[in-house]
Amino acid sequence: MAKSSKNAFVKFQRVQKSYDGETLVVKDLNLELPKGEFLTMLGPSGSGKTTCLMMLAGFETATHGDILLDGVSINNIPPHQRGIGMVFQNYALFPHMTVAENLAFPLEVRKIAKAERETKIIRALEMVEMGSFAGRRPSQLSGGQQQRIALARALVFEPELVLMDEPLGALDKQLREKMQFEITNLAHALGITVVYVTHDQTEALTMSDRVAVFNDGRIQQLASPDSLYEEPENSFVAQFIGENNTLDGEVKNLSKNMAVVQLDDGSLIDCKPVNVKKVGERTRVSIRPERVEYNKKRINKQAHTLTAEVLEFIYMGDIFRTRLRVAGNDDFIIKTRNAPDQQRLTAGQQIEIGWLPKDCRALDA
Amino acid sequence: MSIQTSNQPLLAADGRPLKQSLSRALRRQKLRALALVAPLLVFVMLTFVLPICNMLFRSVENDIVSNIMPYTVNALESWTAEPDTLPDEAIFKAAFYDLSVAAKAKEHTKLGTRLNYEQTGISSTFRKSGRALSKSGKALAKEFDALDPRWNKAETFFELFTTDEADRQASDQNILDRQLFRLNQLKGQAYDPLPNFELAREKTAALPLTAREYGYWALFTSLEKNKDFTKGKVTEALYVALTDDLQNPQNKAYIDRLTGPSAELVKTAAAYFETQPNLNYAKLMKDVNKNWAEPVVWETIKLHSSRYTNGYFLNAVDMRKTADGPAVQPESKQILLILFQRTVKMSLIITVSCILLGYPVAWLLANLPMRTSNLLMILVLLPFWTSLLVRTSAWKVMLQQQGVINEVLVWLGLVATDNRLEIINNQFGTIIAMTHILLPFMILPMYSVMQTIPASYVRAAKSLGATNWTAFWRVYFPQSVPGIGAGSILVFILAIGYYITPEIVGGTEGVFISNRIAYHISSSLNWGLAAALGAILLTVVLVLYWAYDKIVGIDNVKLG
Ligand SMILES: Nc1ncnc2c1ncn2[C@@H]1O[C@H](COP(=O)(O)OP(=O)(O)OP(=O)(O)O)[C@@H](O)[C@H]1O
Ligand SMILES: [Mg+2]
Repeated sequence: MAKSSKNAFVKFQRVQKSYDGETLVVKDLNLELPKGEFLTMLGPSGSGKTTCLMMLAGFETATHGDILLDGVSINNIPPHQRGIGMVFQNYALFPHMTVAENLAFPLEVRKIAKAERETKIIRALEMVEMGSFAGRRPSQLSGGQQQRIALARALVFEPELVLMDEPLGALDKQLREKMQFEITNLAHALGITVVYVTHDQTEALTMSDRVAVFNDGRIQQLASPDSLYEEPENSFVAQFIGENNTLDGEVKNLSKNMAVVQLDDGSLIDCKPVNVKKVGERTRVSIRPERVEYNKKRINKQAHTLTAEVLEFIYMGDIFRTRLRVAGNDDFIIKTRNAPDQQRLTAGQQIEIGWLPKDCRALDA
Repeated sequence: MSIQTSNQPLLAADGRPLKQSLSRALRRQKLRALALVAPLLVFVMLTFVLPICNMLFRSVENDIVSNIMPYTVNALESWTAEPDTLPDEAIFKAAFYDLSVAAKAKEHTKLGTRLNYEQTGISSTFRKSGRALSKSGKALAKEFDALDPRWNKAETFFELFTTDEADRQASDQNILDRQLFRLNQLKGQAYDPLPNFELAREKTAALPLTAREYGYWALFTSLEKNKDFTKGKVTEALYVALTDDLQNPQNKAYIDRLTGPSAELVKTAAAYFETQPNLNYAKLMKDVNKNWAEPVVWETIKLHSSRYTNGYFLNAVDMRKTADGPAVQPESKQILLILFQRTVKMSLIITVSCILLGYPVAWLLANLPMRTSNLLMILVLLPFWTSLLVRTSAWKVMLQQQGVINEVLVWLGLVATDNRLEIINNQFGTIIAMTHILLPFMILPMYSVMQTIPASYVRAAKSLGATNWTAFWRVYFPQSVPGIGAGSILVFILAIGYYITPEIVGGTEGVFISNRIAYHISSSLNWGLAAALGAILLTVVLVLYWAYDKIVGIDNVKLG
């Protein structure tokens, strides 16, 4: 998915960061994003997402490497001259100012005339549907309202790049979903570039053009949501994004698009080689729960089959969730749609399960 | 479970109304809380609140005049001071006995000191009168002695006035009760009455003034001096009283009616003194001290005779009580208002200096990494571990003319040896030393407020385009104002009542009102004025506190 670096708007070049001089919090970060893209940094706690954002915003300096904005290195530009809008995790609305004053702040420091300031504030407030709250203090607003004001404040001075650090972390599920929708709509409508940090994978998948999965100071995979889900490149990503079944084994045979893996209980399966290099290597095979079938009528001709024992069958309305023992793994989950012809299982039953070799990815162990 | 209707009280599990059980439970909690604070409460009440109330009470209390000169105050009540008119004979008479009694009890100088606060020089009149008061009595005593040597003995008086055992009904207990009260007021004591000592009614009717003074003297001698009043001599003033009684035409009929062993003695003396010129108390007092012929002395006594006075408060604001109401003190005696102004002004300067010096330190404390900030905190707290006196004395060493700072400046050639800086024993010295001493009280509240300001606010401001200065001034500073407020109120209130430091490094120009209070407490002993000054200081602080609460809101003050 690498885009030509010519139209890269933001570019991290071999960036490293250490706080204490002993451990690298960010190790060799390379990232390019074009104008107008909505990029999400996703990753477990402590993986260095905020640090990257802070380096971009100018509150931390990179220990090594370059950060380019529109082709210009910003390492020596102070934060207030970078023109980057930012939404903080705790919103950071100034408590001693009203909503309108908060929004006026970035305009005032840019010495924008009063009349223009007012129209911009009104427009920004209307954009987040908070037009009637101009006179309130932040403490008189609900969490979601504060969040919208923070968003409006980050957008009111029309930055081209907006950074958001877990802006929805404090909201309840319903409000969060609504806000996710609103933020993406706004970003697309305004055509701004957004770098968004979250550790909620659903949020990442639903909102972004591309997602950068962080772990251990590195980008593990940078891809669009669908390929991230369907084509994870390593077992961390496979495990981190969505639900995933893994089976450990050893590569027995390897060709360009077929690998034969011997699972630890001895059975052999065919897989798509993704992150295996040579025969004899340990591997972790990843299969998504919804790609596994047990209904004989539905199992594809080319499908690979294994026997399994049903440990648990959970009726969830729209789907059935079944926990199986497969090749010594007690946590093998399959999800099946509650179709009229779907067969229901009972615990203890022995069944045949099957999947297509292309859905079964041999990744690093 | 039944559904409760809204006007039925809710019941707790044991069937009692819920409200009642709740208030019972709360009451128990409150009692326990009270028991926990009770020791401190009692301690504070006894050692802090009560002494302060007592002290404040002294600022209006003024019973010394009426306690020491009860008859004079009574007599002066109907007298109006007019320029250049002396009081009448009755007043001089009352004053003579009051002062004689006070002189014997050595209380007259106290009254002199008290009145001297109001009228400079009056204390010497009282002091000098003490000795001279007995002169006239001595002269009369000689005349009585010439008439009959028995008059010379206290025994004679005892026999003259007391009743027989059998004749109790005829005794006049009233006089003795009043004289015991007079003695108690004078000495501030509560003596028990003398047993088996009563005055015969027929004698007190014949010689009322002598009986009164004798009764007092007997009580005084026996209770206060612990001597036998039936032996030796009586006090000289009694002879004056006796002469007065014997010459008083109103007593004549009663004297003629007297019977018993000493009746002849009295009648002979009465016959003799009828031929003598009448007693003149005005002249008598003038002989004691010529100042008693000055109307102003009497005016002063009358003016300050009430039991409660606003005089101390008037004095505290450079005014004084006069017969025509409050008046401004003469220019030469105006000092307190200047001191009040200076105290407030310098406290403000000290507070502002503390803010200016303390703010950056507090900011560093709140924003440095933990390890470094802990070290810095120790440096801030270090002064607390050193005695206040040591710190202040250290400033003395630093600032004096031959002190460290001057020596260094001279050594550097910045200041000529004969032109050393005067930075101590003036306001400058006080401001420097007190700023240093009070600085921690400014830093700590500011620090605790700043600690609660998340770094993300300043970051947000910068990301919105604010320069470092704008981000600080528009975003950080307003949020640190409660800390400044808390520190300022603390420092200002401490500064306004500070004593030791101005005393040591302030010289005469750099002293505060509290130094004046201390002076009146320990040197001039004018406790009333000290109390009034203290009360004003307390009021000023409370008013400031109230104003601060109105403007900033005391809930915004964070001390930790
Ligand atoms: N100011 C700092 N000084 C020292 N170490 C820091 C500092 N800030 C972050 N770190 C360390 O750097 C690592 C990455 O931190 P970062 O805040 O970037 O994580 P994150 O991905 O944003 O995590 P989260 O999802 O919990 O916000 C963590 O191990 C953290 O302990
Ligand atoms: Mg973070």
